[in-house]
Amino acid sequence: MNVTLKIWRQKNAQAKGKFNTYPLKDVSPEMSFLEMLDYLNMQLTEQGEEPVAFEHDCREGICGTCGLYINGRPHGPMRNTTTCELHMRSFKDGEIIYIEPWRARAFPIMKDLIVDRSSFERIMRAAGFINTNTGSAPEANSNPVSKIIADKAFDAATCIGCGACVAACKNSSAMLYAAAKIAQYAMIPQGKVEAKDRVDKMVRQMDAEGFGFCSNTYGCEFDCPKGISVDFIALMNREFLSSKACKQKHG
Amino acid sequence: MALAGIFLMLFLVSHLLTNLLMLAGDGGKAFDRAVELLGHPAVKIVEYLLFAAFIIHIVLGVILQLINYNARPVKYKKAPRTEISTFSRYMFHTGVIILVFLVIHLINFFFVRLGWAPLPETAAHSHDFRPMAVALFQNPWYSGFYVVCMLFLGFHLKHAFQSAFQSLGLNHTKYTPAIKIIGTLYAIFISVGFALIPVYFLFFYSS
Repeated sequence: MNVTLKIWRQKNAQAKGKFNTYPLKDVSPEMSFLEMLDYLNMQLTEQGEEPVAFEHDCREGICGTCGLYINGRPHGPMRNTTTCELHMRSFKDGEIIYIEPWRARAFPIMKDLIVDRSSFERIMRAAGFINTNTGSAPEANSNPVSKIIADKAFDAATCIGCGACVAACKNSSAMLYAAAKIAQYAMIPQGKVEAKDRVDKMVRQMDAEGFGFCSNTYGCEFDCPKGISVDFIALMNREFLSSKACKQKHG
Repeated sequence: MALAGIFLMLFLVSHLLTNLLMLAGDGGKAFDRAVELLGHPAVKIVEYLLFAAFIIHIVLGVILQLINYNARPVKYKKAPRTEISTFSRYMFHTGVIILVFLVIHLINFFFVRLGWAPLPETAAHSHDFRPMAVALFQNPWYSGFYVVCMLFLGFHLKHAFQSAFQSLGLNHTKYTPAIKIIGTLYAIFISVGFALIPVYFLFFYSS
């Protein structure tokens, strides 16, 4: 199959970028989207042109490194699919495919399709962890967790931090990401101990990074490759309000 | 935002029920009684709360829109084509339309009550709202404008109702689907209810 790619090219963070058009011939429908870009980059390299910079790592949908805004959708047209798991059979022969980087103030472009997502890391560093004593593993039955709660906490924990929620949101809000990271701890006993302090710190860091606010459009849930539910955003809101309302003073 | 919005949604119900009394077919007696009640001191207190809710809701709405717009300095070439809720994308736009309507609405009725605007010939005194409304609604342009605004109010409320619950974290697998249905019914009730009144006075009423 043949496709026409319109790819955002930007030399560095300061440069002004633009779309370049690349007609690509003899693309196999069995290629993954990233293999198709590899194929383009091989040709560009042979022609002595700068290859298109894009991020990728595991290529099996679990690392959260790849993430391209393809034809108006984060990770392309397939739901619950990362860019690396998307295949060219999802496109028509002769289709024009727009490939853009995530667009958000909190995700500045470094080069071409690569954005700096360290704002996510700083949200995690603020309080996205639990404090626990080291030593031998505690007796499992001393902390009973119901199956439903354990499954929900795990659903939240499947977030790979790719940033598709921010890319999809009309407000560039990171609420789904932060909510997943908060909810994975807030529902289980080990995480509940510091839950109120955690939600306060992580939400404050999220706001400081320049993400927008949630207006409950739910585009994030639609485009999340892991299908993370906006129910977690409600949970985060609930945790946040209760942390504000019930804050205890030290001393 | 959500709390002020919930207060405004409650106000809309009481406002609509009062207005619907105009259609009672008793020459406006029931409606005039209801308007008299608005002069009660307790209602006055709620009126100040109402102004506060309007101002908070509008100011926060504008601030949110500015921050959210600035959170994406460079827009996408290909705009997002899918989202779960269509009305939610245009909350600010429908909000601005409702604000324009609100200003006109206040000039037409509230300013007359305060004595800031001249008393229309049709009205006997500054609280005599029914003849004022009838005169306005018999103008097809005004009625058309009113109905269109109520349609946009319905779009705004369709998203607003369930969104308020989500923002306050009041979400539950059992009750959230019901909240969404109630929200849709509420939006239809309010917008159709308000729109019925000008339609009645324009087409089915002769003084």
